[in-house]
Amino acid sequence: MIVETGHFALVLAFALALVQFAVPLIGGRSGDARLMAVGGPAAIAGFALVVLSFAALTIAYVQSDFSVANVWENSHSLKPMLYKVTGVWGNHEGSMLLWVLILTFFGALVAWFSGNLPATLRANVLSIQGLIGAAFLLFILATSNPFARINPAPIEGRDLNPILQDIGLAVHPPLLYLGYVGFSVCFSFAVAALIEGRIDAAWARWVRPWTLAAWIFLTGGIAMGSYWAYYELGWGGWWFWDPVENASFLPWLSGTALLHSAIVMEKRSALKIWTLLLAILTFSLSLLGTFLVRSGVLTSVHAFATDPSRGLFILAILVFFIGGSLSLFALRASSLTQGGLFQPISREGALVLNNLFLTTATATVLIGTLYPLLVEAVTGDKISVGAPFFNMTFVPLVLPLLLAVPFGPLLAWKRGDLGGVAQRLFAAAGGALLAVMIALFLVDGTGVLAAFGIGLAVWLMLGAMTDLALKAGIGNVGARLAVRRFVGLPRSVFGTALAHFGLGITTLGIVAVTSLEVEEIAVMRPGDSLSAAGYTLRFEEISPYKGPNYTEDQGRFVYFDAAGRRIGEIVSSKRLYTARQMPTTEAGIATRGFSQLYVSLGDPTADGGVVVRVWWKPLVLLIWLGGVVMMAGGTVSLLDRRLRVGAPAPRRERAARPVEAAAE
Amino acid sequence: MKRFFMTLLFCLAMAMPALAVQPSEVLDDPILEQRARDLSAGLRCMVCQNQSIDDSDAELARDLRVLVRERLVAGETDEQVIDYVVSRYGEFVLLKPRFSMRNALLWSTPAILLLLGAGALTIYASRRRSAAPSTLSEDEERRLREILKDPE
Repeated sequence: MIVETGHFALVLAFALALVQFAVPLIGGRSGDARLMAVGGPAAIAGFALVVLSFAALTIAYVQSDFSVANVWENSHSLKPMLYKVTGVWGNHEGSMLLWVLILTFFGALVAWFSGNLPATLRANVLSIQGLIGAAFLLFILATSNPFARINPAPIEGRDLNPILQDIGLAVHPPLLYLGYVGFSVCFSFAVAALIEGRIDAAWARWVRPWTLAAWIFLTGGIAMGSYWAYYELGWGGWWFWDPVENASFLPWLSGTALLHSAIVMEKRSALKIWTLLLAILTFSLSLLGTFLVRSGVLTSVHAFATDPSRGLFILAILVFFIGGSLSLFALRASSLTQGGLFQPISREGALVLNNLFLTTATATVLIGTLYPLLVEAVTGDKISVGAPFFNMTFVPLVLPLLLAVPFGPLLAWKRGDLGGVAQRLFAAAGGALLAVMIALFLVDGTGVLAAFGIGLAVWLMLGAMTDLALKAGIGNVGARLAVRRFVGLPRSVFGTALAHFGLGITTLGIVAVTSLEVEEIAVMRPGDSLSAAGYTLRFEEISPYKGPNYTEDQGRFVYFDAAGRRIGEIVSSKRLYTARQMPTTEAGIATRGFSQLYVSLGDPTADGGVVVRVWWKPLVLLIWLGGVVMMAGGTVSLLDRRLRVGAPAPRRERAARPVEAAAE
Repeated sequence: MKRFFMTLLFCLAMAMPALAVQPSEVLDDPILEQRARDLSAGLRCMVCQNQSIDDSDAELARDLRVLVRERLVAGETDEQVIDYVVSRYGEFVLLKPRFSMRNALLWSTPAILLLLGAGALTIYASRRRSAAPSTLSEDEERRLREILKDPE
């Protein structure tokens, strides 16, 4: 009964989404305030219905109701409770339901927080949001119903894929979807602006917080997914340039570009058309990612052709939204007025450069991801585009961008002084060079390229700090005043510096782990020792262990530092999930500072030993820590008073109101 | 989960997760072994999704690793080894596509886009500069700023 209620709520949500699409749009056209006002309550009620539906499916999972096909296929009565709940979205149907849940969640947020928006803009935004919701609800109802029953109900479920039975599944997909789907709001704003044929700096101010929020979540989702792959796969890779990864990286790249161009639009009302296009493209890439992952087209064009119903449906959604919005863009963009002028050497110019490189990088990843499909579709040949291609194209594209990052925030708007900025970055450049020297001469095994990579990372970090120091006037004014000015800096300035600093941290981690990693492989018997990067690892014993729904062989290791002091224990195991008879490796990881010792167990050998692989991963944690710092930067920026919609500076409140009223 | 759905489900269904290069495979000559590792990193495990034979533990990947090492020990150059593997398995095995006519679009897109973008920006900037209506003089701008200045 609960399950049927969930299904019914989903149908109702679909009907309501159609209302949310049609009524406010008609109201906007005819200027009828009552019709336009329908959008808000419809969005909030739609969200409530999808919550109800999602809750029904969750209850079915928690109760292990195997009469529901989806639960039977992906759950098991012995599975720990956490994985029963996260298993809800550990499969196609459930993950699409999560997608729609988050979409309607953003719709409801827009309805809730957009009270100060011009009424027609608000109506149009909610209408587009409703249309996206309707399309995906129809997709679920027509092709991916998570509530289908089977009769007779099986006694036991088939269990969730063991790889997914991890805390990562609880965090990664929701974060990723919050990012992916969050960009739908930017898309709706862009289309709404095109429908109205009017766009101004205020538009950018309304869109920026949504872009920032989506970007923060997507950053977290990608970083989390990368760390999950790192510890779960058992060989310590953290980025694979896999099409599925690229699918989430693409909207991140263009979303980052959007974040920066929206600044120009808000501050100087330039780059309007470009920002609009980026908003459309970013969500289009999110949709494309959904299509690539959900349709099975990545495995093979032929696999897609054998069961095309779902793939074709999403493809239709994709073509409709991307094609529709781009046509609208082509029709209306020329009528939008251009904004402020600026010299090439200026903050605007720097942000344009940022956009040039980021969009080219996006296009590079996009063509690398789609090219095999293209070749197979056209010629029937199969080719691969893997990590070497991306390393050869993406990396050279990003390096100049990273070099330029510290200049951007220091340049003045409209007309900047590059020489002056270079002078002010003198200390940062000196620090970076010093880092290159230290890496080259004091750290063993550092090549020239790696040393410059480390220098680049230090340059980014010192550049971010220079920005803060200069804006606070440290060194130029008295210490007291400097502290006061530092504290009084706008939060967005802190946000920028933090995010750029985080970028430096991530760069440092990537460079260190790619160039200084140490790997040892050996057959070990209990009592054997192995040395790697100054640590000695002694294999103690291997013993069986029984978990709730798996059995495993645990290898226990003790490790010592160079002086022979015992530091601790590492347990690495090979696990067998009984329901699916599927083995996994659970790597043993010991953290030393920001570096990690990573131990993976292989197959037993005939003579009673076991294959052991040990990696020393220097500064590997910085890769994800940098991501967390970037997220913190975004969050601080989001808290800037300027961006809090409906919160003008208190002193100006009275002055600001009439202007807003006039804008309506 | 996006990552895991396709990559891992597929790959794990095909291959048992153990370890890639086995100690028994490692060549005695460290220089030759390093060449083997570098070559392996660029060759695709045919039954996995987007994993190199160096990272994969599928049977087929093992066979290929051994094959690469045998060829290297026999004294072949890197190119000869690659050519041989491609002749047996097709270009699908290469993680780095060849620079060929068919792949021209793939390899040239980044450079072309960057140049086009930079060119468009340059033209746009110069056109706007010449087409811009006479801008205000410094003096006028200062006066304007005074007029527009916030009373606070």
